Amino acid sequence: MTPAPLSLEATGRTRRRLLVSRAAEAAAVGAAAVALGALGVLIWSVGSRGAGALGWSFFTKGPALFGQAGGGIAPALVGTLLLVGVATAFALPVGVLTALYANELAPRRVARQVRLWLDVLNGFPSIVIGIFVFALCVQTSLPVIGWGRHQSAIAGGFALSIIMLPLVSRATMEVLSLVPHDLREASYALGVSRWQTVVRVVVPASLGGILTGTTLAVARAAGETAPLLFTCALAGQAVDWNPTHSVQSIPLTIFQYSESADSNLHRQAWGAAFVLIVAVLLTSLGARLLLDRSRRKLGT
Amino acid sequence: MNAGSLTARAALPRSRGLGDRLGDRLLHGLTALATLLALLVVAAIVWRVADGAWPAIRLFKLGFLWHDVWNAPLDRFGARDLIVGTLVTSFGAMLLSAPLSIAIGLFLSELAPPAIRTSVGTLIDMLAAVPSVVVGLWGIYVLAPFDARHVQPLLGSILGWIPVFAHGGDHVESTVFTAMVVLTIMTVPITSSICRELFLGVPSELEQGAIALGATRWEMVRTVVVPSVRGGVVAAVILGLGRSLGEAIAVTQVIGNFIPLRASIFEPGDTIASRLANQYQGAVSSTQIAALVYLALILLAITFVTNLAARRVVERFER
Repeated sequence: MTPAPLSLEATGRTRRRLLVSRAAEAAAVGAAAVALGALGVLIWSVGSRGAGALGWSFFTKGPALFGQAGGGIAPALVGTLLLVGVATAFALPVGVLTALYANELAPRRVARQVRLWLDVLNGFPSIVIGIFVFALCVQTSLPVIGWGRHQSAIAGGFALSIIMLPLVSRATMEVLSLVPHDLREASYALGVSRWQTVVRVVVPASLGGILTGTTLAVARAAGETAPLLFTCALAGQAVDWNPTHSVQSIPLTIFQYSESADSNLHRQAWGAAFVLIVAVLLTSLGARLLLDRSRRKLGT
Repeated sequence: MNAGSLTARAALPRSRGLGDRLGDRLLHGLTALATLLALLVVAAIVWRVADGAWPAIRLFKLGFLWHDVWNAPLDRFGARDLIVGTLVTSFGAMLLSAPLSIAIGLFLSELAPPAIRTSVGTLIDMLAAVPSVVVGLWGIYVLAPFDARHVQPLLGSILGWIPVFAHGGDHVESTVFTAMVVLTIMTVPITSSICRELFLGVPSELEQGAIALGATRWEMVRTVVVPSVRGGVVAAVILGLGRSLGEAIAVTQVIGNFIPLRASIFEPGDTIASRLANQYQGAVSSTQIAALVYLALILLAITFVTNLAARRVVERFER
């Protein structure tokens, strides 16, 4: 009888260890599949229910009268653009300048504190920010600024800008820290002053990153509902470009329609959700791709 | 003064002209002002919320935290059930999302080939970008009916002997459990993308060393990868928890907004953030408004402590 050929098959303990490892790998793959599945189901249900509501009139008309079919989200589209515009006008300059201060000018200890409190601000629940802006701009009047005592797109935009501020600022800090020190030192060596270096060398080198960071923040702000609940919710039914008026917005429209009992409004909510999700996903996907490119350009 | 330094002075232009001095001052002033403004916003939020809550704090004192009556017509308010509801939904979501997120992080960093890593990673980041109101809408009309029809009866029949999972047999759509699932969907992308970065940062020499010593892939992950970034993983999970604690819209859409609290998670419930979203606009009496702002203050304190805890954990493990 010939001896059994040498086998490389794992047996006993080794076999068990390999099986455990395989099981763990399968679990990891499964977890990723669950997350992708959730995304797929979400997009599919929003798409399949929302696409039917879309049409030319959906984007050009205001909401239908009570009980009637049809209607559109034109006022909400305009309102969201207005809100996001106001929010960006507040958050972009303050955020970028704060990042410049923390990364380029401030002593290390101060910069650390600034980062800490920006992170704390980022962790604040958005509903609390809504209540804060309500108490500041809607409940009491600010005679100096003069927009008090009623809801407005400015108040809502201000609330959204508080959400955006830490996002813009932290994203800017991240790109600023990627700008090579050689660039700054080369500029100083040429006798260029600090502010010229910041304005002509550091900011241009990180401009792409700042813009994409801002775009991501805009995408986030465009979908926020909670800060608008008390600051910019009671609005007319027509398209309104005046920022001192309260305006409709897409997230709030979805929220209000989703709580109603009217099935036509449900269809509208799905349609608006479809528009919002497509806009937000395309924006953040585009921003992310650009961010990767600008990072590669900075050589990391 | 000798002639040499004079000529040197003449030859070199003064490096800091008026414009540069002004410019430096201006840049410094402007950026410092912006920073001050940003920090002022943080302070103003805390101050305004504390100020708004003050009448309720004076009226209900700390007893607000453990009284369980929420009766608007009688102006009697207590936060216990809302605090418990907030903690239960958020920690429940954390228990679901932590293992899922860590597993996804491991898949993306250790298992997936580079092409799949980037595309799957991007897709999961996309999940983070879905607005909470859309997740909530989907929660009401797709997830909640599915849960009520299939998941809750199934879990109830297996685990029903534990009171937390007791299932009465009736078709309840708005439940604490559905809120947990919704929060899980919202926190997994946040936590998993941090985990992926952490795991990718583990030096590959360590990993290869473990493999060379005969460890299986799982043993390498368990003994080398995870322990070396344990602090960061805990912080990532806490960060997701912080997001759950403060989520108002998606939760209020699916949780049913109901207290007193029930023992089972297959029943309606409520959280602090959800109650704020629900009642602040319709609040009539000034006492109710103050009580709601008191709630906001409690929520602020909880999220603040959570974020500081995450920071502490990172600092502690980094040392």
